[in-house]
Amino acid sequence: MPFANLSSRLQETFRKLRARGKLTDKDVDTALREVRLALLEADVNYLVVKDFIAKVKERAVGHQVLASLSPGQQVIKIVNEELTSLMGGTQSKISLASKPPTIIMMVGLQGSGKTTTSGKLALHFKGKGHRPLLAAADIYRPAAVKQLIVVGEQVNVPVFSMGETNPVDIAKAAVAHAKTHGNDIVIIDTAGRLHIDTELMHELEEIKRSVNPHEILLIVDSMTGQEAVSVAVSFDQQLGIDGVILTKLDGDARGGAALSVKAVTGKPIKFAAMSEKMDGLEVFHPDRMASRILGMGDVLSLIEKAEATFDEQKAKELTEKMRRDAFTLEDFREQLAQIKKMGPLDQLLGMIPGMGKLGQMRDLAVDDSHLKRIEAIISSMTVEERRNPDIIGGSRKRRIAAGSGTRVQEVNRLLKQFNQTRQMMKQFSEMERRGRKGKGGFNLFR
Amino acid sequence: MMLRKLFSRGGKKEAKVMPDPRINDDQVKPEGGADAGLLTDAERSQGSEANTEEVTPQGLFARLKQGLTKTRTGFIDRIGQILAGRGIDEDLFDELEEILIQADVGVATTLELIGRIRQRVETERITDSNAIQGLLKAEIKDLLSRDHQPLALPDHTPAAIMVVGVNGVGKTTTIGKLAYRIKQNHAKVVLGAADTFRAAAVDQLRVWANRVGADLIAHQEGADPSAVAFDSVAAAKARSADVLIIDTAGRLHTKTNLMAELGKVYRVTTRELGRDLDEVLLVVDATTGQNALSQAKLFSESVPLTGIVLTKLDGTAKGGIILALANELRLPVKLIGVGEQMRDLQDFDPISFTEALFN
Repeated sequence: MPFANLSSRLQETFRKLRARGKLTDKDVDTALREVRLALLEADVNYLVVKDFIAKVKERAVGHQVLASLSPGQQVIKIVNEELTSLMGGTQSKISLASKPPTIIMMVGLQGSGKTTTSGKLALHFKGKGHRPLLAAADIYRPAAVKQLIVVGEQVNVPVFSMGETNPVDIAKAAVAHAKTHGNDIVIIDTAGRLHIDTELMHELEEIKRSVNPHEILLIVDSMTGQEAVSVAVSFDQQLGIDGVILTKLDGDARGGAALSVKAVTGKPIKFAAMSEKMDGLEVFHPDRMASRILGMGDVLSLIEKAEATFDEQKAKELTEKMRRDAFTLEDFREQLAQIKKMGPLDQLLGMIPGMGKLGQMRDLAVDDSHLKRIEAIISSMTVEERRNPDIIGGSRKRRIAAGSGTRVQEVNRLLKQFNQTRQMMKQFSEMERRGRKGKGGFNLFR
Repeated sequence: MMLRKLFSRGGKKEAKVMPDPRINDDQVKPEGGADAGLLTDAERSQGSEANTEEVTPQGLFARLKQGLTKTRTGFIDRIGQILAGRGIDEDLFDELEEILIQADVGVATTLELIGRIRQRVETERITDSNAIQGLLKAEIKDLLSRDHQPLALPDHTPAAIMVVGVNGVGKTTTIGKLAYRIKQNHAKVVLGAADTFRAAAVDQLRVWANRVGADLIAHQEGADPSAVAFDSVAAAKARSADVLIIDTAGRLHTKTNLMAELGKVYRVTTRELGRDLDEVLLVVDATTGQNALSQAKLFSESVPLTGIVLTKLDGTAKGGIILALANELRLPVKLIGVGEQMRDLQDFDPISFTEALFN
């Protein structure tokens, strides 16, 4: 069950366990075995996992179980807290030099996203009223300089390049250029390199020595596996990094690398980069990353977004309707409108635990234009049809398709999806009813 | 053409056959044929320069070994250390498990492998801890050989290859190396620059095309990638190219619309080609962890993947994820990237790969 998420696995594990006054050795061990697997599947380094589990166990055994929680929830609560604190507690910022320009050096393996992230960082500073300069010091990969120039154009930030000369000279000249042109931040984009390539690592040391950067940022791909540790340690030992930027977080990687890197270097993760658009750079949230690594989805973000946009009264009505199994297409449309207010669908789905991992759920991963079509179809139905979709026969379908500018197949698909959704809700509410009878159901998000 | 032969040979054998003069004699179309006129002089001289680079048998094998040395020292030395002089107990299995997981093999596949060894130890009443290494080696070899298929291109031309993957795994570089390898046999190669999204991606591919002496079909940045694919097929046919390789933009497998775009590029290509592509290769970075499984799963829902190219094996990454890919998705690894040089793209050969790991 490699893709089952932790909360559902724990649910399975704890079905038979009853809440006791205190967490016993056995409770903790059972729970932590699952946590260990979850962390390993999230690509957290093996040694880091070992360490972490030992620490959590020490803290958890003998811990008072809160009345409202099951032992499993209690352990997860402790795990989550430990993970969050391990990943840095508060967010860190880039420290600016008292005497400009602030020099930032971007380093990392090939393909980790240095050039794109350089552009994003430049835009980030520009938005704060700074005047950044990008310096193209990747002279090895074909067309890398050109790439940075294009990125610079996209964010409207000047790019300093000298073609394919010595990167140390380029860095020095870029800083000099910044001083004479009034740029208060210089972002040096270096070539990607293997941490074991002594020659190229030496080149980075040379750049560091000659321009004295205020920040050396290691760019780490969130999809990195166990190797993240040796990469981070090598770069840190040879260069002394000041922080980490985690990239490609818009994928479905659980991002265990974040924990590994933080644990072995102790250096803060300063930003999280997502999307290929230039504004896709966000402040890193340790708590959200913790639940993502644990496979609980970015539930906090989702809740926040939902709270900001959801009409509470309507949500309540909807829940009530689900329970009574009186959910109609009208409610479906209402729900879609609410969801649309929350932002792009693919991002939302990524935040739901286990979503995008389960095969059947991926049918729901529609893009926003699809949503509009669904809305159009529902709007082309009569009130009666919406309330009682079973009456929709062939002739009604043709009318609806014509009215909404879609095809009969699409109408069919919607009706099928709607029926499935209703089926699912029925199951959920049945599960909930059984859970209430005290079978020790484990629902982390209620 | 000798393409089928070129691609169906294993690493070691290939090295021996490479200098075979017959390959030159078989050449249907001389170097300076009608199409050569499309290359600029600079391109041509660069191309022939690349061709003269000698690839000796020792060179190839040594490079493979060299590339794998780090994998080997990290992986096998530790097994050796663990197995030296002790009985078979639970700790031993735990430690083997640890090593596999640290090589990114993944929890599920690791447990399966260890489980099988455990079973054999029991049924065959093995008591010597030194035998464990042999067992593990055999299991890994079996797993990697099960669905192994070398990169095989058909006799009909143009043979068509499409290269896909997430951002930053080394698609363009792999295409450069692959084109170089095919050019070694004097085949005519057309590269289609369908990565119209990333800044300067087309330029990057152009540099490679010039380096190896291949034709490049490109539109402007931001153009429709399907249109590029369309023109690439047309050009490959018109110029009677032997091989067409289409580069695509890196995309995260979770972006539904980008995956749909990829599906369209594929459909347009097959339609214009009048048949299926011969290879659709997913490039996977050896440093990638368990997410590679998700990548392979989701990409194969948009395009029919025929195999994996595992890149960046020259780092300290163990590349153990290919065991998980072979075990859970039965996707064969076809090529491996073991360095930054043009010739550092090898056939994946499960036997020599496992042997190189253990020798």
